[in-house]
This record gives sequence, structure tokens and C-alpha cells, in this order.
Amino acid sequence: MKAFDYAAPASLPEAVGLLASQPAARLLAGGTDLLVQLRSGRKQADVVIDVKKIPELNEITLAPDHSLTIGAAVPCYRLTDHPAIRTHYPALAEVASWIGGTPIQGRASLGGNLCNSAPSADSIPLLIALSASAHLIGPAGRRSVPVEAFCTAPGRNQLAPGELLVAIHIPAPAPHSGAAYLRFIPRNEMDIAVVGAGASLTLANGLIAAARLALSSVAPTPLFVPAAGESLIGQAPTPAALEAAAQLAQAAASPISDMRGSAAYRRHLCAVMARRALELALARAQESK
Amino acid sequence: MSTPTYNVIGTRPIRHDGADKVTGRALYGADLQLARLVHGAILRSPHAHARILRIDTSKAEALPGVFAVVTAADFPPAPADKIVDFGEGDTLLSSLRGNILASGKVLYSGHAVAAVAAVNAHVAAEAAALIDVEYEVLPCVLTAPAAMAPGAPILHDHLPNGNIAETVRYEMGDLAAGFAQASLIVERELDTATVHQGYIEPQNATAFWSTDGRIQIWCSTQGSFVARDATAAVLDLPVSHVKVTPMEIGGGFGGKINVYLEPVAALLSKKAGRPVKLVMSRRDVFTGTGPTPGSRVRVKIGVNPEGKITAAQAWLAYEAGAYPGAMVVPGAMTVFACYDIENILIEGYDVVVNKPSTAAYRAPGAPNSALATETVLDEIAEKLGLDPLTLRLRNAAHEGTRRADGPRYKRIGCVEVLEAMQASPHYNAPLPGPHCGRGVAIGFWFNVGLPSSATLSVNADGTVNLIEGSTDIGGSRASLAMQAAEVLGLRAEDIHPTVVDTDSVGYTGVTGGSRTTFSTGLAVHDAAQLVIAQMKARAARLWAVDHVDFANGVFSANGNSLSFAELAAQLGATGGPVSCSATVNPKGVGGSFAGLITDLHVDPETGKTTVLRVTSVQDAGKAIHPAYVEGQMQGGTAQGLGWALNEEYFMDADGDMRNGSYLDYRMPTALDLPMIETIIVEVPNPGHPFGVRGVGEANIVPPLPSVANALYRATGKRLNRVPMNPATILGL
Repeated sequence: MKAFDYAAPASLPEAVGLLASQPAARLLAGGTDLLVQLRSGRKQADVVIDVKKIPELNEITLAPDHSLTIGAAVPCYRLTDHPAIRTHYPALAEVASWIGGTPIQGRASLGGNLCNSAPSADSIPLLIALSASAHLIGPAGRRSVPVEAFCTAPGRNQLAPGELLVAIHIPAPAPHSGAAYLRFIPRNEMDIAVVGAGASLTLANGLIAAARLALSSVAPTPLFVPAAGESLIGQAPTPAALEAAAQLAQAAASPISDMRGSAAYRRHLCAVMARRALELALARAQESK
Repeated sequence: MSTPTYNVIGTRPIRHDGADKVTGRALYGADLQLARLVHGAILRSPHAHARILRIDTSKAEALPGVFAVVTAADFPPAPADKIVDFGEGDTLLSSLRGNILASGKVLYSGHAVAAVAAVNAHVAAEAAALIDVEYEVLPCVLTAPAAMAPGAPILHDHLPNGNIAETVRYEMGDLAAGFAQASLIVERELDTATVHQGYIEPQNATAFWSTDGRIQIWCSTQGSFVARDATAAVLDLPVSHVKVTPMEIGGGFGGKINVYLEPVAALLSKKAGRPVKLVMSRRDVFTGTGPTPGSRVRVKIGVNPEGKITAAQAWLAYEAGAYPGAMVVPGAMTVFACYDIENILIEGYDVVVNKPSTAAYRAPGAPNSALATETVLDEIAEKLGLDPLTLRLRNAAHEGTRRADGPRYKRIGCVEVLEAMQASPHYNAPLPGPHCGRGVAIGFWFNVGLPSSATLSVNADGTVNLIEGSTDIGGSRASLAMQAAEVLGLRAEDIHPTVVDTDSVGYTGVTGGSRTTFSTGLAVHDAAQLVIAQMKARAARLWAVDHVDFANGVFSANGNSLSFAELAAQLGATGGPVSCSATVNPKGVGGSFAGLITDLHVDPETGKTTVLRVTSVQDAGKAIHPAYVEGQMQGGTAQGLGWALNEEYFMDADGDMRNGSYLDYRMPTALDLPMIETIIVEVPNPGHPFGVRGVGEANIVPPLPSVANALYRATGKRLNRVPMNPATILGL
């Protein structure tokens, strides 16, 4: 690892200014991805800009309508430990408790997970299922990008030069809705998803009124499968309907073979994990008021 | 024979090194700081097989902050065919050196090529990257069957038989006649992948080559004397020129016997004129040290209708990695070692491939071969409609059974282990539901003797200092102190054990082969007997008597009595301090048998295995410290379960390891294992005063087949490759 400079701006304008003047800078929130990448030589940095000291990036805001804004540097453990998030977003509390391991979760953030833009990112399929958006700031001001459009390739995303992620915003959940993220790992912790599936489902009058499904680790980016969710709209939530949606998710996947699993195994798991995520989301929707 | 009663042996005192370890004060090699210390980095080959055409170190040497750069050219000259032997058998010096710094060819991806010492580790790494190596890349071969096939790329020109470095053959009785008597014959072939010991502490070494020509080394090693002797051999120096101080060790399991960094740190120090520290990264550990061999083993067993084995045949091919020495010999010696069989043929092949040179790993070679034998027996039991433990009991080895490699067993505990498994609550409990299976298997490990030394010095306050040379990996300070305390009539806490450097104690072999509590324990026992004899003589002088009795910590004669502590306080007045040493080279080694019962569940949709319950059963001979015996059994079981289910070197076609991190190597975590239940069987070893056999290894032999058999019961599939991971279970 080569020596680098370290800066810790205390405000968003200061951070934007610093980033504009240092095009080769890397942003650090928890550092649980970045420091590993710097040490292994996969990434280089002349300057590391620590965004943890910016107040806005450390806020969790749960609005009266239960829409949720999570600052980009909020560490995972704060989501897991947050009583209202556990009540209104049980899937989010779960995924925050699965990223890395307990010591990692003291530092790692959902914002970092999103900006690292790994195809295997655990939080992104769930954020897509929850219709979340990424709030960005840069030299040209603020803008918002739907999470499903944020990642563009492995490790690449919509962040323009000089831009940084401020927060992730999740709109208010509809009544009688539920969400879930499930991943397959051969062990029970400290592992990268072989396949992950995030799902959300809204019920109205006994029928499915809305549904969204996304997968991880089966495409160059976390994969939103609109057709899977659309196939469920207007349907009764039967096992056959969920299975059909899971099959659509499987058809949309284009997995590769690597040390974590063969393409054939991943393709098989797509349908299994998608169906199980839909089943759990359905159970939560049926319980919700 | 009546069972002896003990005061200390069999109790569970707190280990002497415990407080330092749990409070972070214990010093490991990476903690070492010395004046003027500089830091090293190793350049490793990106190719699995290539000719080194040219190495240009000029840019690295020119980088500010660099003190030294070394390559294989810096080894002192030696004839190409020189043989060295430092107690591990004959080794070609060129092979020993070749694995430490490549010369002529690189033979695996990760092979060390050059090293740098610099002001800090980052500058050293930067300089290593500036070393320009020109390679001519050669085709590589990665498995034993491929390396044995005609036309395979050849690793070493000096081997007479292609890539086959050694063959072993054991034959007994009449194989054809034995199979002719069989009413049922089952034959299976199973492969295992390369796996690593997975110790938590990476290899490290700090060396200082003094201007008087003597070298001091501080390192993480299982054997300070072997590290000394190997370093001296590599550097062509007398052993007395090298002093090794063993630092605390964070696991070894056989992988910290070979030297990798010590001679390199010494060469760098000689050039730099300063002490040099080298510390491996996790990837260095995976690709640059010695994993255990991948293997292919074929076993054929015939039985009569009563389930008595009439003949058994095995064919084994083990991957040695880059240099000969694949542990196929112990694999062949143990393949049928649990059973009393008349007609046997075993053939084994040690095959070099373009992977890291393999090293010992807990009962090296035995799990690979037991996998085949124990799964074939499971299939036979099923076909005969016999309980799998009953089938094993009908064939179990016992006192007088002759192993195919020659020796006849003295008193052993194979039958007792099987009976304990059969009587265990676990074996008699129902399985919890569908998609669950229970498997059993047993295994054997020889254990070894080898020399050990110890010195005991009596303190005036009645305590005793124990000086020894066995690096403490699994609680051996405690198990040795307890044996001294038992003889001396003291408490374990009254003994103060210290592990010292190679200049400060008599020769002591490695902490390996399950030998430390047995062999160093014997040295401690003998030294303690000498202490008692001298103390008796002092009491005799004090009381002017000819004969003094000693029992339960009290010296007595003619109505006089003194406790050990009371007499210790009077040593100054009776002739001076008492300090006794003993060195042993014991022959009474007692082998150990172990068994494992595994219950597991398989998710039929994902293939994921959940281990529900396991019980490890092992003959300890005598458990000196039962908690550490249980710890060994649990540790071997945990490693075996990881090996069985998920661990493997995942290599691409070019021989590059793609999962060289603990994230992707997939060792089990605490959340992946149930509480590992243990049953200690005690069939005393007649070759040790307390009956010790040694417990470090046999416990890793049964997990592979125990899991394979349980998976069969859960899924109906007999898989032929370890790891039996979720994708393999689903055939994807």
C-alpha cells in the first residue's frame, strides 16, 4: 500500500470543494471495502476523504409517514439496533446485521455498500425492492437516482466526478406491504452471497397490488427484474404465482462461474431464493396493517 | 491391573500461559521489536510453472529506503546433489532451498523468487514490485491423475519416473484368495481437494546475522530445533551458529514445521547489517506455505456373509505439490489400520504437481485414505443389513493385529472406541426429521516419539521451574507441568513452565505427531524422578538416615517428615540448589483411535448442509488435562468438518488460487458448528508411565467419511469428491 493523504471535511460544502480539487481522491465512510482494496493494490489513492465527520451523512430520519432517510455513512449496527426500523423495516434491520460480521458492522454503511457497487452487494436488491433512491451532491448541486439505476458495472456507478452520496431515501411503505432479502451462503456468516434476492409485496383486497424483485450476484450489477414483480400484480398470492415470478427472475439472470459457485448452480438458486424471498415478503405483508 | 490414582493428572487447572494470552500480553513473532529493525517483503511467482530467464533487481535496489535484495543466487554455493538430514529424513538440499527461493524454475503460483528489506513494509513491497523477472511460461499440471498421465508437463528433470516421486507398496496374505472368499465386494474411488491447516497466525520470522557469523532467529514454529537445523542446512552453516527463539504460536497443525522465511530473513539481515522481519499475508500463507495434499484413493473391500473382511485393496495417488513428499506413505499405512485383515494390497504414489509444496496437517495423509475405506464399509454395512458400528466391531484391530506395513499392535483402544460410540446417548437418539442423516466413521494415527529434554530447578519457596523446548500450541505447558507436579507431589500451579531458545535446553523435537505430552512429558517425568532422588539424599543427610520415603509430597524417615516446600527451603544448608535435567528418545509410542458420529440436515433445494450434532470419541491413553484433550478432539473435528463440507483451494486452469482469503476459503465459523460433544476413552499406553498416547491427530481422521456417510443417509447420494459442498450435493 502506498502512502496517501487523509482529509476529514466537517460539512458537505467542504467535502464537495475538496472532492472537486482532488480528482484522484477516494471516499471513505466505514472503510471496510476501501481499506481492503487499497491494501491489496486493487485501488490506489493519493487522498482519502473521510466523510464520517459530516453530520448530514450520519443521520437516520424516520418521517411521520414512515419514509426513511439513511445518511450515507450511518454504520449498519445503528440500523439493526433502531427500534422503529426493526418494526417498520425488518428486512433492512436483517440485511444490516448480515453484511460482513459484527465488528465490520460497527463501521460498514449501506451507503458504502451501494457506492462499492459490487454485483453481490447484500443491501442493494432490498433497496431496489423498497423503491429506494440515492441522493447525490456534486459541483452541479443535488440530484436523485433510483437505486436500480445507480450501479452500471462491477464497482462502477452513476456518481459523476466530484459527486458523492449523501443519503439513501426509502419512500413510505404502503399499507399491507412487506419486504425481504435472503441470500444463499454455504456458511452462516462472513460470506459473500452466491445468490441473493430482495422482494417487496403489497396486498389489496386479497390480491397483489404491487411487487418488486431484484437479485444479487447473478449479473454485472445487482439485477432489478421488473417483469417478475409485474407478473404478480392483480394475482392472488398463490404458491404457483410466486413460483412463476421466481422463474421470470431466473430467466433474467446471467450468472458466471467463479470460486463462489458455478453458473448452473447460481441459476438454480435464483429461482429458489427469489421464491423464498417472495414468500417471506408475502408473510410480512399479511401480518402488516 | 488396578487403575492408578492421581492427585493432579486428570484435573483441569488453569493453563500457565492463559492470563497472558487472554489479556493480549503474550508475544507473537509479529509483535517483536528490535533496535534498527527493518522489514522485508517477498516477490512471488504469478505463474504456476515457468523458467526464470532473468532477474533484474537494480530498480528495487535503487529505491530509497531499501537495504537489501536477495535471490537464490545469494545462497552459499553447494553441490547440486547434496543431501541433508535434520531428523526428518533425507532431503535434497536443492529441493529444500528451491522451495525457499526459486532457482531455475518456478513450480507454483506463489513460489518465492526474491526478497527485499527496507525501512518499512510498504517500501519493501514497493521495491519487490520493482524487481523485473523475465519468465518463459510452461504448461502446468494440477492434479495427481493428470500429472501421472503420459505427456504431462514434467516438473523435475532429476526424478526418474516422470512426476512420480515415490511409490509405496504393502502386501500381506493372498489377495486373490481373499476376494474369492468374499460374498460381497464393494469398490469406490474418491477424490479430495487441496486444503490448508488454516492456523490463525501467519508465518513470520525475524533474523539478525551478527558480524561474528552467528544468527539469531525469532519465529513462529512448531519446532525450534528443526527450524534451527533446517536454517543451518539451507545456509550451509554449523547448527551451533544458529539460535532460534520460538515466539508464542497461533496454531500450526503441522504447517509450521517447515521453514519458509527464516533463511530469507537471515540472508537479508546479512546484506542489510540489521535485523530483518518478514511477516506473511494471508494470501502468502495460502500460496506460499504447505497445504495438505489433494488425492485420489480407490478402495476395494470384500466381506463374507457375516461381515468379516476377507480382502482389502487400496490404490492411492497424493499430490505432493512442487517438491516430493506427499504424505502418501502414512496415507497407505493407515488406510486399513483400524481393521484386522489377513489379505491386503496397498499401492501408493507420491506425485509432484504445480501447487505449493505440501506439508503436514494433523494426521497427515490419513483422512484422505480413511474417506475411501470408511465409506466403502458404510456401503457394505448397508448391503448386509448390519449396523455400521457392529460391522466395524467384527473387524476391529486389537492387541496382536498385524498392520499391512509390518508392525503388530501392542495394547490399543480400537474396540473400546467403537463400543463407546455404540453406547453413547447420541448414537441412541432419534434423528430430528426428514432430510437428515447420521454417519459414523473411525480412524487411526500412530503418534510419534522423538527426542525431548527438560530441566527442573527447585526454588527455595517450594516451587519448581520447568525449562523445556516444546512450543506450546495446545496447552502443553499445563500438561507438562501437571506431570512434574504429579511426581513431585505438588500442585500444577507450583510448577512454572517456560519454553526457551535452542541454546538454553537440550534437543527437543517438534510439537507435532501428538508427541509433546507423551515425549516431553516423559522427559519431565524422568527429570522429576531425579529431583526426588536428590531431595531424598538431602533429607537423608539432614536426618542422618540411609533411607527416606517420599509419598504425597512428604519426605519421611524414622518419624521425621518434611513437606517438599519445607525441604526446598533447606537445600542451601544441605549442599546447594537442586536442578535436574533429562533427555529422552522414547520407543513406547501408543497409537490412538478416534471415531465420530455426525448428524446433519441437507436443504434439498439449495444443497446446504447444517451439522446438527456431532460426538467425537477418542482413546487418549490417559487424559492428563481432560479439558485440553477435549479441546484437541473438538479442534480436529471442526477442521475435519470444514474439510469435508466447504474448504478447498479453488484454482483456475493456470494454477492460480482464486480464493486465497478467509472470506472465500470458507473455513467453518462458530455459527457453522454445533457444540462438539466428546467422549474420552482411556486405554493406558503401556509405554508411558502415566499411560499417555497423544491426542492431537487421530480426531481429524473420521470427520470426512462420517460426513460422507451422513450425507448419503440424508440424500441417498454417495458423492465421490470432497468438499461435499452445496453445489456438489445438487450435482451442479
